[in-house]
Amino acid sequence: MSRDTTLVTAQWVEDHLDDPSIVLVEVDEDTTAYDKGHIKGAIKLDWTTDLQDQVRRDFVSKEQFEALLSDRGVGNDHTVVLYGGNNNWFAAYAYWYFKLYGHSDVKLLDGGRKKWELDSRELVSELPAREKTSYTATEQDHSIRAFRDDVVAAIGVQNLVDVRSPDEYAGRLLAPAHLPQEQAQRAGHVPTAASVPWSKAANDDGTFKSDDELRTIYGDAGVDFEKDTIAYCRIGERSSHTWFVLKELLGQENVKNYDGSWTEYGSLVGVPVALGDEPGQA
Amino acid sequence: MCGATEGGLSLDGIDVKKEAVVQGQVLRDGEPVGNAYVRLLDRTGEFTAEVPTSASGHFRFFAGDGDWTLRTLAPKADPVDRQVHAQVGSVAEVSITI
Repeated sequence: MSRDTTLVTAQWVEDHLDDPSIVLVEVDEDTTAYDKGHIKGAIKLDWTTDLQDQVRRDFVSKEQFEALLSDRGVGNDHTVVLYGGNNNWFAAYAYWYFKLYGHSDVKLLDGGRKKWELDSRELVSELPAREKTSYTATEQDHSIRAFRDDVVAAIGVQNLVDVRSPDEYAGRLLAPAHLPQEQAQRAGHVPTAASVPWSKAANDDGTFKSDDELRTIYGDAGVDFEKDTIAYCRIGERSSHTWFVLKELLGQENVKNYDGSWTEYGSLVGVPVALGDEPGQA
Repeated sequence: MCGATEGGLSLDGIDVKKEAVVQGQVLRDGEPVGNAYVRLLDRTGEFTAEVPTSASGHFRFFAGDGDWTLRTLAPKADPVDRQVHAQVGSVAEVSITI
């Protein structure tokens, strides 16, 4: 994978608004953002209802994902271009999710909704009408999804990359600062995890930094590119952004996203937790 | 976002005693800017959070004790940085003009 096959610019999207082989998909943390205006022709996926099981804490099943995309008019042969707010956090999460279920051609709009808005490009309110499809997903690709036991086994062995803000890593905050802080789980990070906030990979306008800059940032933070890597954050969306950088932009072989992330790990009984700004010992 | 009230955003439903709230409004020529982005940077300048402004130009963060920087981005405007001090149990109100 590389930047050429996984990332498109806002201008590219504007030039392809009427291309029937492309489906634009908006995914936002604020699930009402789409309703206030979206890129012409874009459909919406709601990460809280469309992409999460409504009883267990897990993703929708293969069959549910197939039904969802068929209903929304996304076919296996479509090029899916994802974008969203929050510097593409949830769009990157959806990108990883589409890859988890085997969609072949997925791209991310560089800079997402913010870049589009800062460029003063057009947003519309009319909803697109799409014909239903018959979508077929693959079984989940667990080579890109980490579970809690994988994380515990990776302490001191693999690269663990904590992509939350420095204050969340150190245990001074429990959630991103645009959310209330009251939480059940313990604060801190997985011992030996490097702190590389997702934001280091992005410019202020939300676009990704150059490959050379990205390699330097992760290398300087202690990521060994010869080792396998697990990225995590609080609920797995910011770490999807970093997974995208390491796997899709820099082409690292074995990179997994831990979607359970701190809300799971920080609630586990019997696992080690490190506090403060240093990675800590295995 | 909550609706705007005189003097700032409504704090209904928020336990202010437990939060270090930083909130305010983005204005251009005295008018609210509803399509701006406000970033919260920590004392080292590292990104901590970002929110789009509401239709009334308002934004809100739940920070921690200490000094923070608010960086505001908006179409056809240069970024504007403002320093703010946050403290658990208090609400820091910031008006930002771009």
